[in-house]
Amino acid sequence: MAVIGASFAGRRAKRQAVTVLSDAGRLGALPRHYAICAALWCLLPALAVYIAVLAGHEQLLRWYLGDDLRQLAHLAAGDPRWVLQLLQEVVVNGGHEDAMVWEAAQRCAAYSTRIDVWRTVLAIAIATGGGVVGYLQVSPAIRARHRLERFAYGCLLASTCVAVLTTVGIVFSVLFESLRFFSAVPPLDFLLGLHWSPQTAIREGQEGSSGAFGVVPLFVGTLVVSAVAMMVALPAGLLGAIHLSEYASQRARNILKPLIEILVGVPTVVYGFIAALSVAPLIKQLGEWLGLTVASENALAAGLVMGVMILPFVLSLSDDVISAVPASLREGALALGATPAEMITQVVLPAALPGIIGGGLLAVSRAIGETMIVVMAAGLAANLSANPLDAMTTVTVQIVTLLVGDQAFDSPKTLAAFALGLSLFIVTLSLNVISLLVVRRYHEAYD
Amino acid sequence: MTDPRHLARRYRRARLLRWCCLAAVVFALSCVMLLLFDITRKGIGGFSVQRLSLSVRFDPELLGLEGLEPRPEDLQFADFPALLSASLAALIPGAGGDGSQWTALLDDNADFLLYERLLADPRLLGTEVGFELPLSGWAERYLDEAGSKQYATLVEAELLSTLDWLVEQGLVHLRFNDTFFSAGDSRSPSSAGIHSALLGSLYTLLVCFLLSFPVGVATAIYFEEFAPSNRWITLLEININNLAAVPSIIFGLLGLAVVINFFGLPRSVPLVGGIVLALMTLPTIIIASRSAIRAVPPSVREAALALGASRMEVIGHHVVPLALPGMLTGAIIGMAQALGETAPLLLIGMVAFVVSPPTGLMDPAAVLPVQIFLWADSPERGFIELTSAAIMVLLAFLGVMNIGAVLLRRRFERRW
Repeated sequence: MAVIGASFAGRRAKRQAVTVLSDAGRLGALPRHYAICAALWCLLPALAVYIAVLAGHEQLLRWYLGDDLRQLAHLAAGDPRWVLQLLQEVVVNGGHEDAMVWEAAQRCAAYSTRIDVWRTVLAIAIATGGGVVGYLQVSPAIRARHRLERFAYGCLLASTCVAVLTTVGIVFSVLFESLRFFSAVPPLDFLLGLHWSPQTAIREGQEGSSGAFGVVPLFVGTLVVSAVAMMVALPAGLLGAIHLSEYASQRARNILKPLIEILVGVPTVVYGFIAALSVAPLIKQLGEWLGLTVASENALAAGLVMGVMILPFVLSLSDDVISAVPASLREGALALGATPAEMITQVVLPAALPGIIGGGLLAVSRAIGETMIVVMAAGLAANLSANPLDAMTTVTVQIVTLLVGDQAFDSPKTLAAFALGLSLFIVTLSLNVISLLVVRRYHEAYD
Repeated sequence: MTDPRHLARRYRRARLLRWCCLAAVVFALSCVMLLLFDITRKGIGGFSVQRLSLSVRFDPELLGLEGLEPRPEDLQFADFPALLSASLAALIPGAGGDGSQWTALLDDNADFLLYERLLADPRLLGTEVGFELPLSGWAERYLDEAGSKQYATLVEAELLSTLDWLVEQGLVHLRFNDTFFSAGDSRSPSSAGIHSALLGSLYTLLVCFLLSFPVGVATAIYFEEFAPSNRWITLLEININNLAAVPSIIFGLLGLAVVINFFGLPRSVPLVGGIVLALMTLPTIIIASRSAIRAVPPSVREAALALGASRMEVIGHHVVPLALPGMLTGAIIGMAQALGETAPLLLIGMVAFVVSPPTGLMDPAAVLPVQIFLWADSPERGFIELTSAAIMVLLAFLGVMNIGAVLLRRRFERRW
């Protein structure tokens, strides 16, 4: 409704602006600047009030119904929030055996409607008022364009703040919850503990009710899976990049690169499905044929598939760096009689090494933070083992298992997920920063 | 140095490296092919379904109903399994009994389909109606795998021979699986579909786009056109670039702690999912928009300024329209990422079992990748087929979006 009001006011202001323009002829800005100004005057305050009342709807209702809620507090163990919800349900159902409850419910519905009506009336009134202000401001003394531009600048600045606040939000939300966790579990136990079994923490009053939050098995699991992934992705990605940038013709390159980059667009849940249902059974069969005991959910399957996932990532990063090596170095090496392979291994690769290391670190950070593949294929049991054929669990898997499903928000079990998130964030962030520094140093060498 | 064997060894090494590099590329390509082939092989069956043509007479006596005008609540307790058995017995000759042994041929919820039909139109009572009912899971696999004897031990020989007979009579048809596109989630593979998950994804992406595109573009404009170059701004830039590399699951934690616990929004709704995904795609859109703005040559800006435009007018009239295709390309790629994202949505509770399609932004919903995750965990064999089919749908959407982005870039790309 406020929007409709705004458009009306905007149009009116425009008409006014046109007449003023023709009469006085000396306005500070174009008519439509005044029109937009009036529309904003009309829209923004009204919208703000409307949203504020909407957000405070429950508070207002509780304030109106104070007496009823106190009388009916026994219905929901004294929590007025639940009583209110109960009354609203009664209204929807259209009847209740207890006359008092029914009356209160009807009052609740009446107040609710009243708040709705007043909210709308208030919004329209403020919109009209804003419209009048905007209308009166159509005068040569007010420079509408400057005001609008300041407003637009404010919007840009606010958006930038959102992006920045996201980071701050991540750090603070995760940090805050982690601090609460560390007040229950000592950080040293968390970082050095060899035993992870958070499930016991939900049964209160039992022996060992604090649970065991030793994070070492999770780190080991994460490392093993990432190591397997890097063993696939690094050689294949690097060699593939060499082929694309050194051996392949331009035409082959234009066809091959997009084809390989299909792998980038595949969602991780699809990789997880492949890992759990195609690769893991295959590895199990193969292992049994070789006489090995293989868990049906094993780190190897998850790692292999994750390697395929980050392969194109490594490939295109390395390809960029290798292509950036100056042609004069290649030509110099060939002119001195090196074979193409010697040119690549002894001249091009050392020159591109910092960039490749940077890309590799980024790939490791991605492997550590990857969630769906390991959730679906690597298992849940926290085994402290370095054998990739065992079931293993990773930091990300535990975050998901701790937080999926209903949970009390204050239990150490839930807070542990935030502590894990914090360690994950710190590790990936430092890997990214290191890779950034490495790559930057490389750039200085040739510019 | 002039030893010919030495030279031969060097050339051998050169060839070796060349072959290794080629092998790596072949490996990567074969991974692409294997992935697509594996999904297609498993999922293609999900789009079709074997149905048995069966004519059913809604006999009030068999159903245990009195009179020809039953109330809906009577129908709820009517004996539809008996009706189904009798209809099957009428179709299949030989073998005595009440026909209940044949119901194993049909899907578990076949009698529910009869109930739904009669509930929709109670006047059908006492008349004969033709149905196409889905076959049961094992029967479908028996037919798919062309008479494989794998099931012979599990299922009575009589049922198998009856199935063969029905096929010979031409009563079993291969049909397009419309349930898959029109139904919500279900415990039974034959009545599960992706309709509500698709709608949920649509709503979530809508929220995501409406939040992240304006904010992302505005941030990019601020950085490229207004930001002073000082240490703080550099820090912010590094910050945003780092945000793009933060694991997606961390955004789920942020959503849980801030959006759900602090602002008190409900779990599992598209609005919250959209907010979380918007925060996640924001860096992608900012980075793409910044490079699009940077690609607009300064001469355009200077010309506009020289003609008396204000800086805002330069941006609004010239820079943004010229950079828009690039920004949209970035937005589409960001949306494609968001469409395939699962992990942060798991944390904000979008793993609910949702049957009915969501009707708004505040209605509990599942999204397509989460649906895939849930189905992949289901023990029933039929769900493997459905999961793969759902993955094919998801990949098709992603493919269309990415191709759209490439076409957009080609169409509007300008060399200055």
